Amino acid sequence: MSVPIELLLLLLVPAVAIVLLALVTNYRLGAALNVLACALTFGAGVGLLFVPRMRSDILIVDDFNIFFVVLTTFIGFTTSIFSATYIAHELETGRLTPLFLRFYHAMYQAMMLAMNVALLANNTGLIWVGVEVATLSTVMMVGIYRTPEAIEAAWKYFILGSVGIALAFFGTILIYLAAQEVLGEGLPAMAWDRLVQNAARFDPRMMSLGFVFLLVGYGTKVGLAPFHAWLPDAHAEGPTPISAVLSGLLLNVALYALLRFKMVLAANPASLNVGAIMVVLGLISLFFAAFMLYRRRDIKRLFAYSSIEHMGVAAFAFGMGGPLANFAGLLHMTMHSLTKSAIFFAVGHIAQVKGTQRIAEIGGLSVTHPVLAVGFSFGVLAIAGLPPFGIFASEFILISSTFARQPVLAVLLVVGLLVAFGALILRLQDIVFGDPKGPKDPVEASYVPLFLHLALVLVAGLWLPAAVVGWFRAVAVLLG
Amino acid sequence: MAMIVELGLQGLQMLLVVLIAPLVLGITRKVKARLLRRIGPPVLQPYRDIWKLMHKEAVLAHNASWIYRVAPYFIFAATWVAAALVPTYATALLFSWSADLIALVALLGTARFALALAGMDVGTAFGGIGSSREVMIASLAEPAMILIVFTVALVAGTTQLSAIATTFITASVGLRVSLGLALFALICVGIAENARIPIDNPATHLELTMVHEAMVLEYSGRHLAVIEAAAALKLVLYFSLVACLFVPFGMATGEKTVGALALGMGSYLAKIFVLAVLLPIGETSVAKMRVFRYPIFLGGAFAAAALAVFLLFVSRGF
Amino acid sequence: MGSLAFDIAHLLAGTMLVLSFVLLYQDRVTAVLNVFALQAIVLALSVAWQSVAQASPHLVVTAAVALVVKGFIVPAALHRIVRKLDIHREIEQVIGGGVTMLAGLALVALSILLVQPVGEVNIITREDLAFALAVVLLGLLMMITRRNAVTQIVGFMSLENGLVLAATGAKGMPLVVEFSVAFSVLIAFIVFGVFVFRIRERFDTVDVSALDSFRGERSDRI
Repeated sequence: MSVPIELLLLLLVPAVAIVLLALVTNYRLGAALNVLACALTFGAGVGLLFVPRMRSDILIVDDFNIFFVVLTTFIGFTTSIFSATYIAHELETGRLTPLFLRFYHAMYQAMMLAMNVALLANNTGLIWVGVEVATLSTVMMVGIYRTPEAIEAAWKYFILGSVGIALAFFGTILIYLAAQEVLGEGLPAMAWDRLVQNAARFDPRMMSLGFVFLLVGYGTKVGLAPFHAWLPDAHAEGPTPISAVLSGLLLNVALYALLRFKMVLAANPASLNVGAIMVVLGLISLFFAAFMLYRRRDIKRLFAYSSIEHMGVAAFAFGMGGPLANFAGLLHMTMHSLTKSAIFFAVGHIAQVKGTQRIAEIGGLSVTHPVLAVGFSFGVLAIAGLPPFGIFASEFILISSTFARQPVLAVLLVVGLLVAFGALILRLQDIVFGDPKGPKDPVEASYVPLFLHLALVLVAGLWLPAAVVGWFRAVAVLLG
Repeated sequence: MAMIVELGLQGLQMLLVVLIAPLVLGITRKVKARLLRRIGPPVLQPYRDIWKLMHKEAVLAHNASWIYRVAPYFIFAATWVAAALVPTYATALLFSWSADLIALVALLGTARFALALAGMDVGTAFGGIGSSREVMIASLAEPAMILIVFTVALVAGTTQLSAIATTFITASVGLRVSLGLALFALICVGIAENARIPIDNPATHLELTMVHEAMVLEYSGRHLAVIEAAAALKLVLYFSLVACLFVPFGMATGEKTVGALALGMGSYLAKIFVLAVLLPIGETSVAKMRVFRYPIFLGGAFAAAALAVFLLFVSRGF
Repeated sequence: MGSLAFDIAHLLAGTMLVLSFVLLYQDRVTAVLNVFALQAIVLALSVAWQSVAQASPHLVVTAAVALVVKGFIVPAALHRIVRKLDIHREIEQVIGGGVTMLAGLALVALSILLVQPVGEVNIITREDLAFALAVVLLGLLMMITRRNAVTQIVGFMSLENGLVLAATGAKGMPLVVEFSVAFSVLIAFIVFGVFVFRIRERFDTVDVSALDSFRGERSDRI
C-alpha cells in the first residue's frame, strides 16, 4: 500500500525546513519560513484526517494518533506565529542574537519533525527516537539565552531527560523480547497494531517489568511527580514559545507513548495493573503541584507546576480507565494543550512588557494593558477549571465518572483541584489587579494565537463537534 | 604401611612450608633490591637472621603480661597450622579433611587477634597505632575474604581446599569472570594481610607509617624470631592459596606415585618462586597509600569479590 | 558452539560490568576517559561477537560505530577539551568512594533480582539483560555521584553502552534501533560538547555543583 502524500509532507516539510532555516541569515525571513513550514505541516495534518487509515511496518495512521497529529501541528503553527512576533523584542533587548535565532528556528523544526515521527510511528523503537530527538532539540532551545540559570535548567533537563530516555529504551527492549517469542524477530515484533493484537500471548511478567521501566522513563518526560524535577526550570528559563511548546506538545507526546504501551498491556489480563499505578502517580503529581503553586514567585514557574498538576489529572483519568474516564482524559489532554499554550503566550507578553518574570514586580495589568489582562484572566480561569471553558468539561466528566466507581478517589481529586484553584486565583489577583507596577510598554507580539486558543477552548467547553466526540469515544474504547 | 606414607607426606608438607618461608622472604627482598638497583642481602639471609635472633636475649618491658610472652608462639602455631593445611604439591593428604577455607580464615583471624593484643599489651603509643590499624584493615579485608571463599566454594561446590583443587584440575571450569575477579580480590586482600606495599612497607623505619611493624616494635630475641618466621609463613600461606585455588595444575591428585609427587613438588616450588618474584615487581611499581585510602583499596577488593558472587548468581538464579 | 558462544558473550558482558565499577573507582578525569574508552572497545567486541553468534551481519556496523565513535573519537575529543579548558583534574564526589562502591553493588544485585522473571522465558536472555541493566544503573550512579560535567558525560555514555549491550543481546532487533542508538550517541555528544563549553565559559569551572547556586528553586527565586 502506498504512503499518502500528506504523511510524507508531515515528515518532509520539517526536515527540509531544518536545512533551510539553518542557512538563512536574515532572521525575519527565518521567522517567516518557520511559520510557513508550520502552516504547511498543519495543512498536511488536516489533510491526513480525510485520508483512509493505513498501516505499514514503520508508520501508522489510525484513530488514536490522527487527532494528536492535527492538534500538534496546529499548536506548532500558532506558536510559530507567536514566536515570529515575539523575537523582535528579544533581539532588541539583546537576549538573542541573529545567529542564535537561526539555530532556534532550525531546532524548532527539528522538534516538530521529531514529534510527528513519534506520533506517526508504528514501531516502538521509532517512537523512542522521536521522543528523544524532540527532547534534545528542546534542551538546546531551553539553554539558548545562555544565562547561568538557563544553562543550569538546560543541563538539569538534559541529564534527567537522558536518564528517562535510557530507562524507556530498556523497557522498549523488554517489550520487544516479550513480543519476539510470539511474533518472531524483526519489525513485526515492534509494531503497535501487531502488539495489541497478540499481547494476550506474551509473557506477562516480562511485559510488566518492561512497563515499569517505560513508566519511569516516559513518565519523566510527562512530568509526573516524582520525576518532574526538570520541568519547572526548563519552562522558566527558556524562551516563552518553547515553554508553550513543552507544556502543550511534548508532555502530550510522551503521554501518548505511555498510552500506547498501556493499550498493549491492557490486552493481556495477566500483566500488571497499570491503571492503579497511574492513578497513584497522578494523584501524587496533582497534590504535589497544587501545594507547590502557593509559593511560586516566578510567573512561568507557576504555570509549569500547573502543567504538572494537569498531567497528573490526565494520568489519573487514564489510570481509572473505562469509556468515560478515557474520554475525559483525552479531552483534558487537548484542552490543556490549548489552554496552557495560550497562557504561556500571555505570560510571554507580560514578561516582555514588564521586563521581569517575578510576580511581585508585576501588578495592575488591567490598568496598563487591558486587552492582555482580559486574555490572561480568561486563560487562568480556564486552566483553573472554571466553566464554561473546556477544562471544566473534562474535569467534570472525570469527577462524576470516578465518583460512581471510587468515591474516595473522586473526593481526593476534587480536593487537589480546589487547592490548585485557590493558588491560581490568588496569583491572578496579584497580577491583574492592584496598583500598576513596572513599565507600561505596549505589547509588540501578536495577540492572535492567544485569543484563538482561548476561543477554541471556550467553544469546546460549550459544544464539541459530533465528529470530535465520535473520535474521542472510539479511542476511549480502544484504550480499555 | 600406607598410613606411614600418608603421615610422611602430610609431615613433609608441614615441614616444607616452614622451611621455605624464610627463603621466599629472601627471594622477595633480593628481587626488590635488584629492581631498586641495589645488590641487596643474600637470599639465605633470613635464615641467618632468625638464627641470630634466637641466640639473643629477649628483653621484656617490666609491665608486659603473660599475653606478651605467649603471643608469638601462639601466632606462629596458628599460622603454621593454617599454612600446613593448604594443599601444596598434592591433594587428599591425611589431614585434608580439616582443611576448610572458613577454618583457615578463622585461624588467621585468631593469629591476628593475638598479635593485636600483644601490640597493645605494653601500653606504648606505637603499639596502639599498629593494633588499631591492623584491626581496621582486618575489618575491611575479612568480608572480602569471605566473599572470595563463597565464590570459589560456589563454583566448586565445597569449601574443603583439597576438594576444590581436585575439582579445578579435573572438571572443566571454563573461563569465568567470577574467578578472575576472585583472584584479583585475593591478591588485594593478600597484600593487605601481609603488610606489603601499598598497604604497609615492611622495610620502613618510620613508626607513624607502620602497621605490622608497629605492633612488634617492642619484641626482641627469640620472640621476634618467632614472629618474623610467622610473618614469612603467612606470606607463603597466601602464595600457596593463590597457587592452589587458581593455578592448581601439576598437583598430584589421585594416585600418589613418586613421579606425580615429584611433578607436584616441582610445580609448587616453581609457582611459589614466580609469585615471590612478581610480588616485589608489583610493590616497586606503586607507592604506599595513605591510611585513609585503605578503605577505598579494600573496598575495591570487596566490590570485586561481591561482584564475583553476584555474577555466579546471574547464571544459576537464586 | 552454543555453550562457547554463551561463555564468551558472558565473559565480555561481565568485563563491561567490571569496567563500570572501575569507572566508579577512578578519581581523576584522564583515568576516567581511558577506562571509558576501554569499555567502549569491549562493547564493540561484544557486539561483534553477537553478530557472529546470531549470524546477523548488520550488527558489525553497530560494533564498528561503537568502536570508532565511543572508543576513539569521543575520548580523544574529551581529552582535548580537558586539556584546552584546563579542567581541574580531580573529580569531586558527592558521597565517598566506599559508599559509592556499596551503592554500585546494591544496584548490581537489584538488576539481577529485577530480571529474574525473564528467566522463565530464556536463561541466556536473562543474563544479557542483567548485565546490561547493571551497566545502565552503574552509569546512572556515576552521573549522580560525580560533580564534574565531563564525568557526567562519561557516565551517560557508559549508560548508553549498557543500552547497546541490551539491544544487541535481544536477538533480531531491527536496524532501526541500532541506528537510533548510534544516532543518539552522536547527538548526545554534540549536545554535551556544547554544554561543556557553555558551562566552562559561564562558570569558569565544570564542577556542576557551581550550578547549584543558580537552581531556580532557591527561596529567593521561586
